[in-house]
Amino acid sequence: MDIDIQELKDGWCGRQFDEVTFGLDAHEMVEFAVACGETQARFTDPDDPDFQAVPSYASRFHGRRAMPKDFPVQSHQGFDAGKCVEVHAPIRPADQIVARSEIYDIYEKTGRSGSMLFIVHRMRFTNQRDELVAIVDWRLVQNQVSRKAPNEAGQP
Amino acid sequence: MKPYSEIEFGEELKAFTPDVSMPTVKRFTDAAHMSWSRFNDHEEAKKQGLPGAIVPGIMSQGILAAMVNNWAPGAEIVKIDTIFRAALVVDSSPQCKGVVTDMDEQAQTVEIDLTIANEAGETRVMGTAVVQF
Repeated sequence: MDIDIQELKDGWCGRQFDEVTFGLDAHEMVEFAVACGETQARFTDPDDPDFQAVPSYASRFHGRRAMPKDFPVQSHQGFDAGKCVEVHAPIRPADQIVARSEIYDIYEKTGRSGSMLFIVHRMRFTNQRDELVAIVDWRLVQNQVSRKAPNEAGQP
Repeated sequence: MKPYSEIEFGEELKAFTPDVSMPTVKRFTDAAHMSWSRFNDHEEAKKQGLPGAIVPGIMSQGILAAMVNNWAPGAEIVKIDTIFRAALVVDSSPQCKGVVTDMDEQAQTVEIDLTIANEAGETRVMGTAVVQF
């Protein structure tokens, strides 16, 4: 696949392309926590006065689409290379969480197996008070990227 | 809460073997709405070219977060970044490790390097966590 990284970045980064609202389920929050080995009551006991989701919980949410419409690389063409969660406030069971998606960054790395394209998909999560609760960066990697000369690339 | 003053640079978190048995992974995937065959069915996963059913990356991330939380109850993870280097197989016996690699006394935070390795000692998941005391 011929890709001009800078043009891709200039054309797509920073544009919100999805928004979705999630409700929380206390039972699912507990099951998620216990399966991961959490033992603190604030994560495993809905009756605990400080009950909240585990710090990485926002990683489990998906938007309606993984990539913007007409984005030249779709998620099924790559693999999940990692996730980073910034925790800003607790997620509670009564919360209504709004997730907004954007392409945050696009970059290339070259290793022994050739060139790889990294696409950073960012979801920002806010609660019903419009407080930021978490930011999740998902790194999608696609192998075997060949560079396109800048003057050959079309607009996204 | 574990006092910040008791933490030492280079301190190792207690290594442990997380439960990545099929029943526990199914429990996780049910809760996370990720009940797909590559996570819940060894034979179907092999048909997809995987070595067997694999542990979801975000479950590995949750396991590492739990290790940190169990090491420092009451402290807050403010950031956890995980890199999924290779598949971690369901029903295997991986080992989780963590080591304190940076400390900011003014901010009362520590940074911890995290790994999950398979039985052969090969790192499958790695990452870092920043913890606020």
